[in-house]
Amino acid sequence: MIGLIGQRAIASLASLVVLMVMVFFLSRLTGDPAALFLPIDATEEMKQQFRTLHGLDRPVLEQFVMYVWDVLRLDFGESLRRARPAIDVVLEAYAWTLPLALITMALVVVAAIVLGAIAAFNVGGIIDRGISVVSLIGASAPDFWIAIVAIVLFAINLGWLPTSGVGTPWHWIMPVAVLFIRPFGLIVQVVRGSMLSALAAPYVKTARAKGVKNRPIIFVHTLRNAMLPVITVIGDQAAALLNGAVIVETIFGFPGIGKLMIDSILQRDFNVVMAAILVTAVAIFIMNILIDIAYSILDPRIRQ
Amino acid sequence: MTEALLTVRNLSVDFHTARGTVHAVRNASWSVNRGETLAILGESGSGKSVSASAVMNLLDIPPAEVVSGEILFEGKDLLKVSYEEHRALNGKRIAMIFQDPLGHLNPVYTVGWQIVEMMTAHGRPANKARARALELVTRVGIPDPEKALKKYPHEFSGGQRQRLMIAMALMLKPDILIADEPTTALDVTIQAEVLALLKELQAETGMGLVLITHDLGVVAEIADRVVVMSQGEIVEEGSVREVYHHPRHPYTRKLIGAAPGKGEIKQPATDAPALLEVRELAKSYGKFTALKDASFTLSRGQSLAVVGESGSGKSTLARTILRLEKADSGKALWKGKDLITMSPRELLSVRREIQMVFQDPTQSLNPRMSVYQLISEGWDIHRLMPDRKARRRRVDELLEQVGLLPEHAERYPHQFSGGQRQRIAIARALALEPELIICDEAVSALDVSVQAQVMALLDGLRKKFGISYLFIAHDLGVVRDFADMVLVMKSGEIVEGGPTEKVFNAPEHPYTRRLLAANLDPDPDVQAQRRQMAATAPS
Repeated sequence: MIGLIGQRAIASLASLVVLMVMVFFLSRLTGDPAALFLPIDATEEMKQQFRTLHGLDRPVLEQFVMYVWDVLRLDFGESLRRARPAIDVVLEAYAWTLPLALITMALVVVAAIVLGAIAAFNVGGIIDRGISVVSLIGASAPDFWIAIVAIVLFAINLGWLPTSGVGTPWHWIMPVAVLFIRPFGLIVQVVRGSMLSALAAPYVKTARAKGVKNRPIIFVHTLRNAMLPVITVIGDQAAALLNGAVIVETIFGFPGIGKLMIDSILQRDFNVVMAAILVTAVAIFIMNILIDIAYSILDPRIRQ
Repeated sequence: MTEALLTVRNLSVDFHTARGTVHAVRNASWSVNRGETLAILGESGSGKSVSASAVMNLLDIPPAEVVSGEILFEGKDLLKVSYEEHRALNGKRIAMIFQDPLGHLNPVYTVGWQIVEMMTAHGRPANKARARALELVTRVGIPDPEKALKKYPHEFSGGQRQRLMIAMALMLKPDILIADEPTTALDVTIQAEVLALLKELQAETGMGLVLITHDLGVVAEIADRVVVMSQGEIVEEGSVREVYHHPRHPYTRKLIGAAPGKGEIKQPATDAPALLEVRELAKSYGKFTALKDASFTLSRGQSLAVVGESGSGKSTLARTILRLEKADSGKALWKGKDLITMSPRELLSVRREIQMVFQDPTQSLNPRMSVYQLISEGWDIHRLMPDRKARRRRVDELLEQVGLLPEHAERYPHQFSGGQRQRIAIARALALEPELIICDEAVSALDVSVQAQVMALLDGLRKKFGISYLFIAHDLGVVRDFADMVLVMKSGEIVEGGPTEKVFNAPEHPYTRRLLAANLDPDPDVQAQRRQMAATAPS
């Protein structure tokens, strides 16, 4: 099991390295960084100064070595707009995104598994249909629209919740609720389908022939088998949240990584962008390993 | 007459499907007592499993509906008791084992946990259950029982899994054990062992055994009484010997007549030229030797059977000859030219001359292609028969040759029965006018009566068009009826080969003898005689 996870970790690490190499070359292929970084009316002298300062006048290979060395020390340079190390700016924003993603996913997973399982047991019944309709709406509703409607309704008209920003637990309710909807809708459907096929599996027949009660058949025999495909989708959805919910964070003025990335791209703060790419990539890398571990705990056939 | 322990009386079960109501079981009555073995014999779709499922409350209602009847266990009607009352009986008083033990064991829990659950589910303490599990797993002959209990189902062989299922079923000493095709997925030698084990355990515990099967040989070996089912009805009932020797119903007569292994053995033609010469063909997967120095010659017009148990390398042999797998060494000469080293262009034309028919026509026929498309696809690949009208005529002709109708050409595979689908697969192979057809377990999935028809069709094609066959099979009866030459394979090696008559009547290799001894005869007297001989023979 440890061998398997080690293998997967090495494979993920390799893709992380490839990503960093791509970031380096793409940021140099898209034109002269000096022209991109500096204002449009910057003089040639300013540009030259900029290039010398950032080593952009040296050979590419040397620049690459410098870049790798900097990445290893987590030194992405200063944020051009904030005059602080880029990595600090990014980690600060990530400290907002990470709990947002974790709280949302935790709620999604619990709600989706419970409701998906209930729908599967009552297949074709009124509860099943109700859950299916709700989850379909959730999976297909555009989140930016829901976010805006929620602000108008709960913050402006009813005045129950703050419109944007952070500070109190009340500030978290709308961002979490809006981010909850889509992955919830999707995962409920996957849980329901997966539970349905697991309930039709021959080993359920065996359990019934053994005289096992309904509750352990559902929660012990079936659920663990049904979770395998669900975990893949959970990982996929969690990755999207770890990348930063750009639109939702922007609408709610939530100072997370998604908002930071958009702001930095618009402000040409490339050091921050590069640091943000690395940090989110590492987060997704760690999450993939956790998914692999969850898989091998649930399914003994993977352990060999 | 005293009341039997379990009595099914006038049971009728309907299945309501999208295509209308199916009367799965009509007015079925049977009973079983302690110490007795009742076989329920029938082909697929006969409803033989349905009444047992009703006994165990395993029918999905809907689509199933119990229309009438009663199931009396110790005088109590199981169709009327509460769900909870029925659950308490399941496993404890009446236990059940199934055909496919891999699917019927939960893949994510250890077998020990699953066996113990049989007792804990009925409120027994876990430590007692563990002790009993260890005792039973030892009893059913699993090596290293302590360790085995900590393993998962996929870590055992098919035969071992069925033994574990049996151990699980016997945990609470049930009065009745229902076994639904318990040995169908197993090799013959393993089948013989599992049936012997069931018999021993029955003698030890005195339980009643209900055995659901399609196999006359299994009935002959183990049952006292038999009920024969056809299309949801019990058409005949009686002691096994009485039913075998004096069948009254035409269906029973047909079933017994279709049982393979009774016909005259064919003699191989001696003067025919060699079509396929295989010389020291070898194939390994890593450290596992799948095929070891296989050599044989197949002459034109011959039916050469390859028999052996699962994992013996039969299919690898065929796949390596066809170059679907890359051989490690050796030669396969097709009309003198080596298939193994042939250029891709030459290989393509040889692929027309050698066609293949697979075991499962449901999977080997693309469900989204019509019969016409399936049969004519080969002509597109090999750029034959460009004229559409000629194609149409030829497809009609081929369908007639395999016993189907021209109007079937526009239909899709799901609209046919299993036997008809295999006919379509044969028509597809014939379309390219092959000289050799490789049949990989081509009749194994079919009911015996259908099996006999498909074999007659293949044999007719051989006589008519001089087609040769490489016939891979595990059923010795089928091989005896069909082939004129036989190769016996074990662990990747050909251990014996020769004319069918010699291999069957005077086997040389001990493995061949074991295989033949384990093959069940549909005649209960023959089986009884064999058992007696085995009991008195010095071991």
